[in-house]
Amino acid sequence: MKLRTCFLLPAWLAMALLFAVPFVIVLAYSFLTRGVYGGMVPPWTTESYRRLFDALYLAILGRSFAMALAATALCLLLAFPAALFISRAARHRNLYLQLVMLPFWTSFLVRTYAWIFLLRDTGLFNTILLSLGIIHSPLPLLYNDGAVLLGLVYGYLPFMVLPIYATLERLDPALAEAAADLGARPLTTVWHIVVPLSRPGIVAGSVLVFIPCLGAYLTPALLGGGRTVMVGNLVQNQFTTARGWPFGAAVSIALMALVTLVLVVFLRRESEPLA
Amino acid sequence: MKRWLGFYAVAFFAFLHLPLLTLAFFSFNSSRFTKWEHFSLDWYRAIIRDPQILEGTWNSVVIALWATVLSTVIGTLCAYGLCKRNSRTPTGALYLSLVTPEIVSGIALLALFQWAFRWLHWQLGLYTVVLAHVAFCIAYVVIVVSARLRTLSPALEEAAMDLGATPWQAFWYVTLPALAPGILAAALLALTVSFDDYVITSMVAGVDSETLPMVIYAMARRGASPVINAISALITVVFGVLILLSERARET
Repeated sequence: MKLRTCFLLPAWLAMALLFAVPFVIVLAYSFLTRGVYGGMVPPWTTESYRRLFDALYLAILGRSFAMALAATALCLLLAFPAALFISRAARHRNLYLQLVMLPFWTSFLVRTYAWIFLLRDTGLFNTILLSLGIIHSPLPLLYNDGAVLLGLVYGYLPFMVLPIYATLERLDPALAEAAADLGARPLTTVWHIVVPLSRPGIVAGSVLVFIPCLGAYLTPALLGGGRTVMVGNLVQNQFTTARGWPFGAAVSIALMALVTLVLVVFLRRESEPLA
Repeated sequence: MKRWLGFYAVAFFAFLHLPLLTLAFFSFNSSRFTKWEHFSLDWYRAIIRDPQILEGTWNSVVIALWATVLSTVIGTLCAYGLCKRNSRTPTGALYLSLVTPEIVSGIALLALFQWAFRWLHWQLGLYTVVLAHVAFCIAYVVIVVSARLRTLSPALEEAAMDLGATPWQAFWYVTLPALAPGILAAALLALTVSFDDYVITSMVAGVDSETLPMVIYAMARRGASPVINAISALITVVFGVLILLSERARET
């Protein structure tokens, strides 16, 4: 056997054993029924998938989708001007990029916890507002949809900045100058010239933010306080406390299908201008 | 508009960095409320006295080291095997493992282990966590090492082979030393990714293998505490150093 083929073998084995096989087992479980003693037993059925269409679970799927969409939109809104600033900076571009990446490299758990610390009743915001006399009792900032959204945006913001920056950096500055010479104001130039041309970066960034947000588990679990159930929490719940493995497996498969669909639809269409 | 962009950038970087800086700042506060009283290292002392935190840290270090060594070896070999070959299947599987929601990977691995335990009478423990971490670290290693491999000239190995080296010798004496900085960068990245993971770990950890993120998570579920601030500050500093080293290694 050729050396290179031998070298691929361990990775191939690891991916098969720890990725493909578990996936097949989950797929099988999603069509099985829960036995009396806990195990997964025949008959084979699509019952778990039909349960997905219950109003309760459709609402959870819908809410996850809405949350991921809102987080993506907010990230885009926040990241675009920042990427524009970095791409137009005369100096220190690398420093700015590192500053964007730095919080991303620190622990995700710690970054999520930071918002518990800041938003709680005795947190920084409530303490400041109380001591300024603006409010008289602490605002309920934590454990709601808003806190989860904030945590998602904060967690995945770098994923949006970097691809947008990458396209902006390669943009010919002559295009913006030409628009300015023809009398366009800076904002008009950005909206009509720069934004359309940075489309590949915007799409790539949106996909990179949307996918992890859709399957988020840690952020809603910590910042939602158990009230905001997203689809990730539903899966976890079925596999731990609820002991509904077949249904949890079906939800997982549906989630994977959604993720793959988003990837295929957007990246396939946009991969040409990126390459 | 340029000035507005500048103002915006300041606010943007403040949003990114102030939460963590505030967190670290208040870990030195003697009060458990978010009002500064006076400087104190009490919360850091509390870490050392907490057996759960110490045990979790130890477990996390052991797991991260094992996962790093295994995934770095497997990933480096894989990156080398993949270059010059346009096999899309393994690359596709690796990328798919990166975009799979963590909770789905977690339950899938749990299902695998439970299924295997029907025949093997083992239990969930540290080693199941190591296996799970290897599964998601390989992709990171392959990406970082592949980037380094692309900067190497194929002429190096060709020259070695022309001088009579076997493919194995060319790899071991020529390519591997040239790859070393990239491999180190990949290993440091894998180390932080493994050390930080909560979601997958919590699904496959046994009763005796609680990791530091699991301890922090359990504490954070009960609300904020200055002890978590102190651990967070320590983790952030350690991660920062590891990532800086990793970046330096990647650039040399």
